Amino acid sequence: MQTFSGVGVAPGRVLGPVRQMPKPVQEPAAPLQGAVNIPADVTVESQGQRIKDAAKAVQTELRARADSASGEGKEVLEATALMAADPMLVKSAIKLLSPEAPGGARTAERAIWEAGGSVAETLKALGGYMAERVADVLDVRARIVSELRGLPAPGIPASDVPFILAAEDLAPADTATLDPAKVIALITSSGGPQSHTAILARALGLPAVVAAQGVDDIADGTEVYVDGAAGAITVDPGEDLRLAAKAWATQASTLAAFSGTNVMADGFRVPLLANVGTGADAVKAADAGAEGVGLLRTEFCFLDRDDEPTVEEQIAAYGAVFAAFPGKKVVVRTLDAGADKPLPFLTNADEPNPALGVRGYRTDLTSPGVLERQLEAIAAAEAANRAEVWVMAPMISTADEAAHFASLCAAAGLTTPGVMVEVPSAALTAATVLREVGFASLGTNDLTQYAMAADRQLGPLATLNDPWQPAMLQLVKLTADGAALVSGATGTAKPVGVCGEAAADPALAVVLVGLGVATLSMSARALAAVAAVLATVTVAQAQQLAATALAAPSAAAARAAVRAELPILDELGL
Amino acid sequence: MSERTATIASRVGLHARPAAIFAEAAGELDLEITIARDGEPADDAMDAASILSLMSLGAAFGDVVVLRAEGAGADQALDSLVKILETDHDAE
Repeated sequence: MQTFSGVGVAPGRVLGPVRQMPKPVQEPAAPLQGAVNIPADVTVESQGQRIKDAAKAVQTELRARADSASGEGKEVLEATALMAADPMLVKSAIKLLSPEAPGGARTAERAIWEAGGSVAETLKALGGYMAERVADVLDVRARIVSELRGLPAPGIPASDVPFILAAEDLAPADTATLDPAKVIALITSSGGPQSHTAILARALGLPAVVAAQGVDDIADGTEVYVDGAAGAITVDPGEDLRLAAKAWATQASTLAAFSGTNVMADGFRVPLLANVGTGADAVKAADAGAEGVGLLRTEFCFLDRDDEPTVEEQIAAYGAVFAAFPGKKVVVRTLDAGADKPLPFLTNADEPNPALGVRGYRTDLTSPGVLERQLEAIAAAEAANRAEVWVMAPMISTADEAAHFASLCAAAGLTTPGVMVEVPSAALTAATVLREVGFASLGTNDLTQYAMAADRQLGPLATLNDPWQPAMLQLVKLTADGAALVSGATGTAKPVGVCGEAAADPALAVVLVGLGVATLSMSARALAAVAAVLATVTVAQAQQLAATALAAPSAAAARAAVRAELPILDELGL
Repeated sequence: MSERTATIASRVGLHARPAAIFAEAAGELDLEITIARDGEPADDAMDAASILSLMSLGAAFGDVVVLRAEGAGADQALDSLVKILETDHDAE
């Protein structure tokens, strides 16, 4: 019985066949680079025929998929199928096969690669809807190249039966095509707890293990057992694991419901809020029982834009979220662009070190006015709805920045300004930062990456990039202690919340409450599991567990020590 | 050489679904059919059966385009294609 171990990022115990995500398509070599050697018996005609045949084959495959799809997905697949054997694309590729073509004769693979690339460039230059089709053209190109090479088509494999998707790592683009009815778990050899794979898994409620070396070599069809809480994958599982998967299936349904009021064993209230990005997300979160929104990511209304959305557009977008939570708290994070979320009109793509660059609140330095207009829109949307609106700035590092942000909020008529604590300096000086604003919210993903100096997207650094790191927990404690100090001195409560992925880990949620965190905000799917675990502990026990975690020599030791004291986790398979 | 002009009736212009319907219809005909914006030289006309060409033409709602074809059945073929362009497929 072969086993693989990695970092468990989303709980769940399932059993199923593995399907490998094909490796990304490599660019075919250009002529005169030494690697290309067109054999003598290959003619322009035979290569042209290969391109036509491959294009037709890809078209047939996409048509078949369109037939089994429905709605918008069907239309997209039908249009993509047409692109695959597009006469203009095929003709321009065939032209590149000729020795007279500028730069010399290409192989069939290289010819279709270049032809697709130049069509993509043309569409990109046209902008708008055409530019949005660039991804489709590049997808078609990759499929034709794979067909020519006799390799499986790129993208999430099609399958009639539910399967466990294995990959090196998933890209944000893969998330759009992932069918949660078909994929029952995610396992990757790379990526960390904050990788796109992890975030996607939590959003979809799929069990997932990342950074499990070797899983991208498991043969297609092999049956494996995945334990997303333990971070373990077992090949050819025995009867005991079969039973464990069965038990989880029953348990999962009881863990699906959250009452809408989170109470600890001693009656202490820790409101559980949801992280949302759109009005549709907010409606789902409200249905799932969220007691409010702890993080409204406003980027959704800015992403994929070449210019700033108007104040009116923003009012409509924020209003849709506020409308889902009348009388409840909604914490709005102002635009968080930069690093992994670049925006053409705000951020500079040439920064050598974007995670330490002009991002988050800092874009107000280089593009003044955008933030003021956003605050104006938030205030107008608040006036038109009944939600209790709080506003916070991402990437605040100093008390001066907090004071400036608070003055901008006051000028816009927003009464509850706050800060994200993601930069260690803000945690270390929480007592002075929180004199300037009304609350703080810990962004544990970024705070961990900065505290540990470890890029959150890098698989090899996954163990450093763990929110259980005692140094990271120490920063949470410093923030909560600083806030308590200011609350005592000013007579005004300065609540500290957590809105990072850490809040969705039920064991870590207990520790965070023990460290003095007042609210937890997470993906709506995690609410029920976190509530089920918090209901079994008192505040005094949480404080005891927090002390245990802080004193641990490593993240792994902290996690193990706390989990050992929370038997409910194992009972629920969390 | 047969020639017809048509006014794009689809609200989204000649892309997405309308372009797919048109390219497919043009591809099924046994003729080389070209499309160009009204007023542009015939030499710059593009293959009407290519959805990628249609997309890069960027014809919007209300724009006038010229269809051209040569050979037996050209007139009839162009008439059927004009009908497709002058139907609002989004309204269906």
